This record gives sequence, C-alpha cells and structure tokens, in this order.
Amino acid sequence: MSTISREEVAHLARLARLEVTDDELDAFAGQLDVILESMKTLAEVNTDGVQPTSHAVPLVNVFREDRPQPSLPRDAVLAGGPDTAEDRFRVPRILDEEA
Amino acid sequence: MSADRTIDQTAAHIAEAIREGRTTAVSVTRAFLDRIDAVDGTIRAFLHVDHEGALATAREVDEAIARGEELGPLAGVPIAVKDVVVTKGLPTTAASKILEGWIPPYDATIVERIKAARMPILGKTNMDEFAMGSSTEYSAFGATRNPWDTGRIPGGSGGGSAAAVAAKMAPLAIGTDTGGSIRQPGAVTGTFGGKPTYGSNSRYGLIAFSSSLDTPGPVARNALDAAMLHEVISGHDPRDSTSIDAPVPQVAAAARTGGSGDLAGVKLGVVKEFAEGAEAAEPGVVAAYEAAVEQLVKLGAEITEVSCPSFTYALPTYYLIAPSEASSNLARYDGVRYGLRAGDDGRHSLEEVMSLTREAGFGPEVKRRIILGTYALSAGYVDAFYGKAQLVRTLIKQDFEKAFEQVDALISPTTPFTAFAFGERTGDPYQMYLADLYTIPTNLYGGPAVSVPVGLSEGMPVGLQVMGPVMGDDITYRVAAAYETTQDTLLADTAPEIEKG
Repeated sequence: MSTISREEVAHLARLARLEVTDDELDAFAGQLDVILESMKTLAEVNTDGVQPTSHAVPLVNVFREDRPQPSLPRDAVLAGGPDTAEDRFRVPRILDEEA
Repeated sequence: MSADRTIDQTAAHIAEAIREGRTTAVSVTRAFLDRIDAVDGTIRAFLHVDHEGALATAREVDEAIARGEELGPLAGVPIAVKDVVVTKGLPTTAASKILEGWIPPYDATIVERIKAARMPILGKTNMDEFAMGSSTEYSAFGATRNPWDTGRIPGGSGGGSAAAVAAKMAPLAIGTDTGGSIRQPGAVTGTFGGKPTYGSNSRYGLIAFSSSLDTPGPVARNALDAAMLHEVISGHDPRDSTSIDAPVPQVAAAARTGGSGDLAGVKLGVVKEFAEGAEAAEPGVVAAYEAAVEQLVKLGAEITEVSCPSFTYALPTYYLIAPSEASSNLARYDGVRYGLRAGDDGRHSLEEVMSLTREAGFGPEVKRRIILGTYALSAGYVDAFYGKAQLVRTLIKQDFEKAFEQVDALISPTTPFTAFAFGERTGDPYQMYLADLYTIPTNLYGGPAVSVPVGLSEGMPVGLQVMGPVMGDDITYRVAAAYETTQDTLLADTAPEIEKG
C-alpha cells in the first residue's frame, strides 16, 4: 500500500500554491512514496526522553540594540519586482469578485 | 606538472607573487578570465561572468600596492561565487527561473568580506536550483560538466564552483553546504571543499534553503588555500542572529602545521556504520579511501573504530528537516517582490497568479521538496515526521559528541560513489539523495568537515572526508594538509586537458 496518494499530493500542492500538472502529479506521487517509505524507519528509533534539536548550535535570546539603521533605497528594492506602480509593488486583484 | 602558467598556481602562491611585485592582480585576473573564455563553453560552470568588475577590482589592488598599502593575505586573487549568494549589481538566480533577471540591491556579508579582502569576483557559478541536488542537473539553466569526464556530473549542488576550480577557471570559489553541497562536488571533481562549523560565518545574503543547516564555505585546490579563504569569510555578524560570537579557529595556521606532515598523537575515528551493508561505498572508492588511511597512519595518526549508531537514520532525518524548512523559506517566491510573475493577464486573482508563477518558475526537485516539506509539517503528520526528525537529530548530535570524547576527528569517504553519468539518477530522487549519505550527519550536528582529494577510482576522483567537533575546524584542515604532503602533485594538476568549446 502506498503511503501517499495522487489526491494527497494534489492537496499538498494546493496548500503550497503550486499549480502542478497531471503528469507531475503522477510522477511526484510515486517518487514521494519511495522517499516517505524510507522515512518510516525513523519510527523504530527510541527517542523517549530525548529533547528536540531545532538548530545546530543552540543560542537563546540574541538581542541587538534597537537603533534605527538606514534601509535599502526604495528604488533599488522596487527595481527587482516584476511590476511596480506609484512607488509600490503592483499586484493583481486580491478578491475574485470586483468590490 | 605545468606550473609555469598562472592558472596552475595555488591561491597562496598567486597572492605572494602579487604582493612581491612578480606579477600584477590585473594580469592574474586576465589569465583566469581568458581561461573561462576558452573552456567554459565546454564546462558551463558559470551563469554570469563579470569581466569588467573583476578587472576593476584587480586594478584597484595594483594601484594600492603601488602606493605601498598593506593588503590582506588574498588581495588580488580572483574568486568565483556560487549563485545562491547575493551580489550587489550582479545577477543572482540560485539557478532558478523564478529569479531570472533579478539584480540584488545588496551584498551578502561574506561578499562584503571578499570585497574588503580585495578579491576580484570573476562571476557567479551554476548549481542545482536553490541548492537542492547532487549533480547540477536540476539547474534551470543546464548542467555543468565534470572537467575529468564531460559526460559525467560535477556533483552538487555546488557543481559550478567545484568545476570552475577543477578546470582552473578560478583559483578559489565560494560554495554553500546544507547536506554536502561543498564536499561532494569537491570529492567528485578532485578539488578541496570545506564546510565550516555552522554559525561560524554569516548566512546574511545567502538565499535560504534550510536555515538550520545552510553554511557557506571555501572551494579550493588544496587545504591551505581553502583555509585562507575560510578566514576571509568567517566571523560573527550581528545581521545573522545564529552566528557565533567567538574567535574564528586559526585554520590557516592549522593547515601550515599539517603541512609539516606530522600527525603523531592525532586520534582519528573510523565510523563503523559507514562501512556496513547498504551504507558501504563502491569498491573503487573504498580502495582509494583505505590507501589514504594507510598514509595517515604512516604520518603517525592513530586509527580507532567508533560506533555512531544513529548515523543510519541521518538521511531520512535530513530529508524531513531540510524540505520542511525549504517549504517555508521558498514561500517568499510569490511573483510579487522579485523575479518572475506568470498569469497576470487581468483574469487571474492574486492567489492564482502566485500558483501559476510558482508552477512556471520552480523545477521538479524544488517542487518535490516543497510538497514533501508541506506534508511533513501538515496537521496530523508533524509529530510523526518533522517532530520525530528533530528528536533523531539530537541522537545524531550525541553520537558525534561521544565520538569526540575518544578521537580528535572522524574520517570517511566523502561520498559513496564517484561522478555518475548524466541522467543516471534523475529518474529516482532517492538514488540522488544517496550521494550525500556520508556528508549529511555533519550538517545535522553542526560541526566542520572538509573533503580532500585522495586518488582515483576508474579514472574519477575520490575524496576523503575529515569531520571535526563544533568550532574545531582547525583539526580538519591539519589532517587534510598532512595528507597532501604524502602526494607528489595535487590531484587537480593531473586532470585531463579540456577540449575547448
């Protein structure tokens, strides 16, 4: 039995905002199944009483002085965007219907 | 060995020749740019070459020397930079279509340091898209070829940086290592690759893949050159809150110590689990590795077998943690602030444009990992997958800590197999992942490791990996440099001539 179905892959792609094609769904479902099978081996590891590691070198509460710093020039930042207008990034309409 | 050409010289020699006035930074930089023009049509290591910028920096170095200014140890030595590192004014794509045409408005901290060290930047090197892969076959702009055999992969993700150094288009390069992306390309191209201790240098300005693992580091032809570059880019950066505020290990001094060829009293551990069953390397790699271990014994090193039982679980642990972090980091590519936007025709909503942009802009491996990470983090699975991986990561870390109570460093082959043919592993992603079997544990632990070339298997280079304790980068360079004294020539100097394309 496979760990992950084609439908689940389609659902995950939607969650991740990926408009995947039918061919991709077929390929990914099989490939992800192989990968997830190997991950199931982790279930056999006894981790009772073990603390999780979220970072290689643990550091806590790294603070800096709250001092204003110059930011990047607005034009330089906007220059990298696909579409800009009125000193802003222009985006398509956010709602499906006209307001 | 044809050491009369500038491009055959080590970075240390080039730097000295510039300082002593035996050559100029401009003439050195021209020599490497000419080499790029001659052979990169065949190798395709570069995504962008900056002739003018590199020569401008070189001219400044020559003028400063003429004025009698005191310059850093690598001033005037040209360098190639992996395209995942942002460079102000130079195109930076991470080899992804989604960033095609983006020109960063700032420099990564390590690039600022390279500029402060007065090193001319030759250009940006090819890689697997967003550093996900072991062959450069996942670059959106075509694969880089291995200078030893152009029908084979140069390793990945940093195959462009490794191939640039192997083909003598650059004496030094920058790589980044999340699961082996500096060391594995080093091993399969006969070059030296160093992954510093996580946090000992800055991630500011690295295009993020897996933030708890990403580490920039040096690519070079030998240990000393790599160590000198390691010192240029390392050190605390207040703009990266995970960077360690402590002195950088003296790795160049350690490489010089190793250069005396004495390893008396140094204890090296061989990881038992890497030599067993399905984890074992192919026979030719084992033979080259064992010959290297014999050399280390002759230099006085003491070899002990150590057991790291949790290393067996490193690969699945990594492929849960890295894609989870990647799925979050790559959410920023939404077609709004940089690069590509698709489907913005007035008929699609913002969300649809985001999905269409990501579909058009990401390649197959990036999509697979985003989906995998989304799965591992989704409700109902997060404890069994991502959470469990974080627990096993602790056990892997403890295996390292226990091992370093007994030995000074651990050794292994860098990768289980030599450079494979194009297309051999793209059909089954899991087969591609196996390339990093021996390099991944170090990333999960956070310690330093280097790969030093040790010989050939059926004509293709093999690397020895030396892994050290956290902030013990110096021992890895010392052992590698000591090994180099047992060889008459650097492996990089024995590569076949490249047909000019």
